[in-house]
Amino acid sequence: MSYVKGLKCRECGRTYPKEPLYVCEYCFGPLEVDYDYEKIKKVLTQKEILSRPKNLWRYRELLPIDGRPTDGLDSGFTPLIRARNLEKVLGVKELYIKDDSVNHPTLSFKDRVVAVALSKAKEFGFDTVACASTGNLANSVAAQAAVAGLKRYIFIPADLELGKVVATLIYNPILVAVEGNYDQVNRLCSEIATRYKWAFVNINIRPYYAEGSKTYGYEIAEQLGWHAPRHIIVPCAGGSLITKIWKGLKEFYKLGFINKPDTKIYAAQATGCAPIVTAIKENSEIIRPVRPKTIAKSLAIGNPADGVYAVGTVKESGGFAEDVSDDEIVEAIKLLAQTEGVFTETAGGVTLGVTKKLIEQGRIPKDESIVVCITGNGLKTQEAVTEKIGKPIKIKPNLASFEECVRPKGG
Amino acid sequence: MSIIVRIPTPLQKLTKDQPEVKAVARNIKELITDLEKNFPGLKERLCDEKGRIRRFINIYVNEEDIRFLEQDETALKDGDEVSIIPAIAGG
Repeated sequence: MSYVKGLKCRECGRTYPKEPLYVCEYCFGPLEVDYDYEKIKKVLTQKEILSRPKNLWRYRELLPIDGRPTDGLDSGFTPLIRARNLEKVLGVKELYIKDDSVNHPTLSFKDRVVAVALSKAKEFGFDTVACASTGNLANSVAAQAAVAGLKRYIFIPADLELGKVVATLIYNPILVAVEGNYDQVNRLCSEIATRYKWAFVNINIRPYYAEGSKTYGYEIAEQLGWHAPRHIIVPCAGGSLITKIWKGLKEFYKLGFINKPDTKIYAAQATGCAPIVTAIKENSEIIRPVRPKTIAKSLAIGNPADGVYAVGTVKESGGFAEDVSDDEIVEAIKLLAQTEGVFTETAGGVTLGVTKKLIEQGRIPKDESIVVCITGNGLKTQEAVTEKIGKPIKIKPNLASFEECVRPKGG
Repeated sequence: MSIIVRIPTPLQKLTKDQPEVKAVARNIKELITDLEKNFPGLKERLCDEKGRIRRFINIYVNEEDIRFLEQDETALKDGDEVSIIPAIAGG
């Protein structure tokens, strides 16, 4: 049963059939899935959603597949944590962490988009999948394509963190490390994509793939008891996630699941790669590409494809944007770990660091509900913190050495 | 004396299915004019009604984004390779 009418250009509105297309032939605008919401309204209810297993496919009518979901059957529905310790530190009343650092199977929000992309790629009849990635997408495509028995080609910048390389290679894909930054990898891949008949999840499968991110927004609303929070802070790389979280909330409103969202959306980037944040701060229509220089490599996209829509989302919702330095990123990673027990990657450090800044600036009021989007796991980016968290205390295996070196107080 | 231009799939109908064509130009602006001369209809697809390059199109000269160079004034010389590529999503 399909609820997808076809594809539609976000810029000029031209319509296209349900095919592996991603760009409007006329104006080059990105294509987006066009749903039949009237039909969805008739079958999808809150009660129906609640009766289904706790994974992202509980919202399947709002995802662009025609048949049954085949991939990522345990992905999504990650914890929404009430962060009481962090509330005290930041001096706010109601703060939540949406924790995709424990998403299944590869510990980042990318498991959501890949679940949808691979289900769709199989419907289209592809036997090979590929992606250009800053790491998390590489991990997820490699893992989920291994499960699905698909051939897999993964392209990454050559300077990626070791954790992300290992967490890709273990699934035995063909891993290509390109000597260049992500934007250069992406440009190369778009040329490769025209020559080979592969399902490039972030290129020709993009309209379908990107829809998976909406489930992050659905879950926030469902887990808050079918309410949208007042403030959501989202990390931005290509700018797709922030756009889709907002779309997800609007769809839930359209279907009558939540009240009209009174939610401000904020964009978070690292100072060393902040083209979206800069455009918002300068109130500019144009996104100026930058050459990334930051430890937050998963966000190091200098030429964000969905940048204009990310800016549009922030403006439409009445939010704002901020960026943080590499030192602030590390401090925020430590803060989240030491208050809430969640070890996030550099992107999570960016999001929490920006949240802290926006609260301190008074942009986010202290007495309203706030959701911080934690999208990846710290075990993958250990280099970022290794030198900044102290060392274990080394002792001999005897009591005297313990008491000499550790000196517990009040023992 | 010519420049190699890589044409993205959506525009190959206008270039008689050729993924690569040749052009003669001293800069990007002239390149677009030259392409239009040989493949009528191309300019309208690459540029908006004000003649600016559409915002979802990236143009690279020898792998460098022209927005880091001189935009549509970016100079071209014999043997340069120009790629026209639609913006693509991140990961």
